[in-house]
Amino acid sequence: MMSNILLDIKNLKLSFFTPAGEVKAINDVSIQMEEGDVLGIVGESGSGKSVTSYSIMGLTAFPGRIVSGTIDFNGHRINDMTEAELRAIRGNEVSIIFQDPMTSLNPVYTIGNQIREVILLHTDMDKRKAYERSVELLNLVGINEPEKRLKQYPHELSGGMRQRVMIAIALACEPKLLIADEPTTALDVTIQAQIMELMTELKNKINMSIILITHDLGIVSSMCQKIVVMYAGKVVESGTIDDIFYNPKHEYTKGLLRSIPKLQAKEHEKLIPIEGTPVDMLNPPAGCPFAPRCEKCMKICLREMPKYTKLSDVHHCACWLLQKEAFEESKKSEASKATGAAEVSGGGDN
Amino acid sequence: MAQKIIDKKNPLSFHINVSGFDVSDFLPAEESEKQSMVVMRESVNFWKDGARRFRKNTLGMVSLAVIIAIIIFAFIVPLPYPYSYEEQIRGSENLGLMQYSKDELARKETGESVFPHVFGTDSLGRDYMIRIMMGSRISLLVGIIASTIILLIGSTYGAVAGYFGGKVDMIMMRLVDIIYTVPDILIIILLSVTLKYPLKHLAETIPGFNWINTVGVGLISIFVVFSLLYWVGMARIVRSQILTLKEQDFITAAKALGASHSRIIKKHLLTNCIGTLIVTTTLQIPSSIFTESFLSFLGMGVNAPMPSLGSLASQALGGITSYPHRLFLPAITISLIILSFNLLGDGLRDAFDPKLKN
Amino acid sequence: MGVYIVKRISLAVVTLFLVATLTFFLMFLVPGGPFLSEKAPSPQTLQALEKKYGLDKPVGIQYLNYMKGLIKSDLGPSLKMRGRQVNDIIKTGFPISARVGGIAMLLAIIIGIPLGTFSAINRGKWSDNVVMLISTFGIAVPSFVVATVLMYFFGVTLHILPTYGLSTPLHFILPVIALSFYPTAYISRLMRSSMLDVLGQDYMRTAKSKGLSQFKSLFKHALRNAILPVVTYLGPALAYILTGSLVVEKIFTIPGLGSQFVSSITDRDYPLIMGTTIFLAFLLITMNVIVDIVYKIIDPRIKLK
Repeated sequence: MMSNILLDIKNLKLSFFTPAGEVKAINDVSIQMEEGDVLGIVGESGSGKSVTSYSIMGLTAFPGRIVSGTIDFNGHRINDMTEAELRAIRGNEVSIIFQDPMTSLNPVYTIGNQIREVILLHTDMDKRKAYERSVELLNLVGINEPEKRLKQYPHELSGGMRQRVMIAIALACEPKLLIADEPTTALDVTIQAQIMELMTELKNKINMSIILITHDLGIVSSMCQKIVVMYAGKVVESGTIDDIFYNPKHEYTKGLLRSIPKLQAKEHEKLIPIEGTPVDMLNPPAGCPFAPRCEKCMKICLREMPKYTKLSDVHHCACWLLQKEAFEESKKSEASKATGAAEVSGGGDN
Repeated sequence: MAQKIIDKKNPLSFHINVSGFDVSDFLPAEESEKQSMVVMRESVNFWKDGARRFRKNTLGMVSLAVIIAIIIFAFIVPLPYPYSYEEQIRGSENLGLMQYSKDELARKETGESVFPHVFGTDSLGRDYMIRIMMGSRISLLVGIIASTIILLIGSTYGAVAGYFGGKVDMIMMRLVDIIYTVPDILIIILLSVTLKYPLKHLAETIPGFNWINTVGVGLISIFVVFSLLYWVGMARIVRSQILTLKEQDFITAAKALGASHSRIIKKHLLTNCIGTLIVTTTLQIPSSIFTESFLSFLGMGVNAPMPSLGSLASQALGGITSYPHRLFLPAITISLIILSFNLLGDGLRDAFDPKLKN
Repeated sequence: MGVYIVKRISLAVVTLFLVATLTFFLMFLVPGGPFLSEKAPSPQTLQALEKKYGLDKPVGIQYLNYMKGLIKSDLGPSLKMRGRQVNDIIKTGFPISARVGGIAMLLAIIIGIPLGTFSAINRGKWSDNVVMLISTFGIAVPSFVVATVLMYFFGVTLHILPTYGLSTPLHFILPVIALSFYPTAYISRLMRSSMLDVLGQDYMRTAKSKGLSQFKSLFKHALRNAILPVVTYLGPALAYILTGSLVVEKIFTIPGLGSQFVSSITDRDYPLIMGTTIFLAFLLITMNVIVDIVYKIIDPRIKLK
């Protein structure tokens, strides 16, 4: 059963042309999503995860520009669309909620005004109907006394409520894809849990696809089925949640998993961070961007960008270590061919 | 559970062309090789960084150069200059630019070298250039002295209010609010009108106060009002900076080490505000200069015969049709001074204010 | 909100009181006091003064009498202008100044705000740089320089605009331009930096992500926020126009309150000086109170305080 492919990003390269030089924020990224998927994009600050999602909506800020590659979303070729065409799908077929709900809402307009705005923009409802829909939406996101709230201003609401309002605005026109850019980072832990619960609930109710961008592996594990791990503008590993959590193949992914403090850890056990500092995006190294921080770094890692190794239909990883095995295998079989004895090394480790 | 086993027999050879590689490629990399890939950007000292950025700002550098030129013009050039500002030369009235009077031409014939009146003379035969130079000197002095007064009073007041907080802060700021509401120009004018008398009395009775007459009551009133009223803006700015800074950990650390209040304020808090202090003071200079020239224009500034760029401009109004240069020269000079300080202040702010960093 | 208004008004009243007191007592630094100094006033004036203030009574009593008069908005008789009351003089002069000043203020707002916005949108481009250069000149060149230069070029050399008095609408052009020069430049710079600040805010990104056009985001979301600092400037702007009028009225010979004030100083007409100072102070302080309250009203963030 092949569900529709909702999003297909192919070999995307996007750079910011700053006075200081070209910052290669996205350096050959490919991501695929089917309808109904919940995709998690994981990475540290500067990895390019937000930039990638913004580019889906054509929200790349100046001086950023797509250098090459294509983005296909819901039947549209995004990188070929005009601004007017993009405006028609923003807030409509694809929506986004941002990290900081405090600053993402305009302080001088009421909540009602800001929700109504997007409804009136993309539907032909009149003000009356838009109002009713706003009330409906607030109920949907779990805000009580919606009529009262609609008349209030953003600063009168708590952080958690503001984020719910943002979600309401994002859902107003029933988009096919919701992008959530670190939706809980700015919130307290307890509120975090509530918002994540809300999103899961909504996803089930409306059957919407979601891209969840975060640096927090914990959140990802509760909601996503597919995960993409990004580092320095590249996808270093992608796969299902089981693939990533139980069979990570990239050293960075392994490092991320290792660095999560464990509840059962003994008191004196040290946390295991990933050594080193992130890459300078103005002068990215020629080879694998993670190489300087990698324990198992090889000479080739510093020289050349690793290619993708397809571990299964859905599990991909860009690492020379995997290629090393292939290399050694082929060398061995060459050697054994030469000696005439066909060595078949065992079918694989279990 | 999905098939996780990699087929090692033919492990991905159809994905890459293994023939391009060599065994040595897959050897572990040396630490030094890894380090060479890491390009760390050097950390810079606050002053060096700011100075570097300021140097790149052409407008800022140009205005700095102009200010230095004007300072030389106002303070150094008059020293060897052959004419003085109050010297009235008979027969040389109302000369145009670079004009010589009949007497002066006669003297030149006899071989005497007569320094030209580059800017001409005024209706009383006074060389205009030296008068402009003196006027510039007054403006610069007023600007710098007034700004220094404002800096000293304002930053101390603001730092104390911000540091101690609570009731002290509240009372101090109430006072600031009241002073802020008082219309300053009106008070200056009032003072220059009324202070004349007690000051004149002072100058005449107590020796050592004669300079009051030369300088003029207007100017003294300006300084009095600046000391009384104008520092409130600086106080507010400093106070808000201190309020943010004092929450930071290094202040707690200093307190824990037993530093006294005045030491904390002086060494830790104010030094961190220096960027803001420099910028605000630099921008205060042109506004003080403006106030002085404005008042002098209305006749309430320096006493005659001491010239001010404002009073020169106002005196030139009468002869505007015949001697327009007498208006334009002081006008351009004062505009240039104010403009340069404004641009300098802007340049300093762009260079030293990290918030504006891109 | 109500608490704020009360606080603000009481602050204003206190300040006004202080200014009036200060003004009165400063006058007494003049030998002989404000009412009797210089040449003797006319007998009628002397009589009027005597009646009003009790000129041989101690200063304290004269002060109280003056204050009483103030509360009744009676500023006493003028010393130099025979038989005229200070109130009347102000009544004739003020409307003239208000007209010129009001138009100047309006001009500053109408030109400054769009100019600043335009500059912000085109940040970094040559149009932005040109506007910023002009506005930097605008805030640096003193009002008397602007006025005199305008007078020279348009009045004296080119002879196309009148420079004396206010008899025709044409006469308004030069003084209004001279007066509005600085506030226009200031407002456009203020608007530009405020707008740049707003354009970088997250809620502008939200607006775009909803599908709003650039035009609509600007007008609806950006402008409303960016204009707030300009509102706070209106108080100081008025003060500037007021003091600017002293110079402009002198240069263009306009019989407004400003030139009356200036001549009262040269004439040493102390009751007039006092009266005008207090009136102007009252004007300024009131304007500032109004602007502050209006600001609190339109910024919903402060509503609940």
